[in-house]
Amino acid sequence: MLWTKKDLLGLEYLTPEEIGLILETAESFKEVSTREIKKVPALRGKTAVNLFYEPSTRTRVSFELAAKRLSADVINIATETSSVRKGETLIDTGKNIQALKADIIIMRHNCSGAANMLAAALDISVVNAGDGWHEHPTQALLDIFTLKEKLGRIKGLNVAIVGDIAHSRVARSNIWGLTKLGANVTVCAPEMLLPAEIEKTGVKTSSNIDEVLKNTDAVNVLRMQFERDEGTAFPEQLDYYKKFGITEERLARVKKDIIIMHPGPINRGIEISSGVADGKNSVILDQVTNGIAVRMAVLFLVAQAREARI
Amino acid sequence: MKEKAKILDKEAISRSVMRIAHEIIEKNKGTADLCVIGIRNRGVYIARRLAECIKGIEGKDIPAGALDITLYRDDLALASGQPLVRKTEIGFDINDKKLVLVDDVLYTGRTIRAALDALIDFGRPQSIQLAVLVDRGHRELPIRADFVGKNIPTSKQEIVEVHLEESDGKDEVLIAEKE
Repeated sequence: MLWTKKDLLGLEYLTPEEIGLILETAESFKEVSTREIKKVPALRGKTAVNLFYEPSTRTRVSFELAAKRLSADVINIATETSSVRKGETLIDTGKNIQALKADIIIMRHNCSGAANMLAAALDISVVNAGDGWHEHPTQALLDIFTLKEKLGRIKGLNVAIVGDIAHSRVARSNIWGLTKLGANVTVCAPEMLLPAEIEKTGVKTSSNIDEVLKNTDAVNVLRMQFERDEGTAFPEQLDYYKKFGITEERLARVKKDIIIMHPGPINRGIEISSGVADGKNSVILDQVTNGIAVRMAVLFLVAQAREARI
Repeated sequence: MKEKAKILDKEAISRSVMRIAHEIIEKNKGTADLCVIGIRNRGVYIARRLAECIKGIEGKDIPAGALDITLYRDDLALASGQPLVRKTEIGFDINDKKLVLVDDVLYTGRTIRAALDALIDFGRPQSIQLAVLVDRGHRELPIRADFVGKNIPTSKQEIVEVHLEESDGKDEVLIAEKE
């Protein structure tokens, strides 16, 4: 199995074998972060640019650490303080970064499809760190990696994704990845947060969390993004917690070893209780640790593929 | 690829490994602080066999580890075909150890250079010695082995193939001609 793509744009565009190769490579990279000297020379002399059009701390830091542990040099561009404010277009910014002889752009953008557009315009590698409501491939890869690490397989697992499915790129990437690897996926949310025709992606839908939890090996709890509609939040939040919140009471009625995941940042008391977030079923911090290994694997593979082309 | 000759068979390989085990014990005056680390893939199996033999001779377990050198290669940028990154598993502290690095074939020495860089990232051993099953010559770096199973003079057009029970189903060393 060879990796030939210069970019990672989304799990929609990958074969199950390609996803498998990333996961397998990540397994080998995990050990590097356990060393006293957490660094290997694989990307020495390469430059990675973090280009973030949306605020992000955890994803940016995780990518930055991944690149640094591979010995790449890392530049961070926060668009609030860059020429983007002066009206520079995305493609122009990308071409300037390419002219500076950077090798990889890691981009987060608020528009769906932005990473695809940039990748098509450039010869250097583009890694999508989240674009609009479209995809967040490395988050889904680290979710899947963590699941596989905990349960030994993906095929045949029953996985639920709970929360704001309609506005979630994490949900979309997870759906692509999990279904390609043979998991049974159920998305669970209030009616209005389930996108139309979501069943066409091969998932089941439900608005009854207790029913869903009964037959589930793992739950990916998404953050409720109430900051999107300010003002109406408080009663709505309480209502959501009551109907969909993942709490000890709910878990007491289901499989004892159910896995609880969350892409973070968590809102305690809104989508998940503190007891569950910190409890024995939670793998939330394992996800954070695994994120670095997965991103190291992705950066390594796209850089190698580009080298092979030149 | 055309097979030319079988250089070592199962018995010869096992005698070589046993002799190297004796030499390692002799040179290190016993098994104190001794450990073996094999280079993936086949070096790992030879390292484990050496540890077994040493246990058989001295009655002491010595730690055995596995090292993947892909991320330290000097030809990563021009690698023909993409190298698969495999796991490094060194489950013990190498600081102040007498470390025996093990590989199947010693050729240009570049793999060993990469392995030395990798090992230094894990700690500061008291010493690093090198054991190989086959030394085929053609060094491109100032590196030599402390323990050699068999010296096989080769031409650069030839390929030395080591097959081991653990990975290939049988023990043998073959020499073949590139076509």
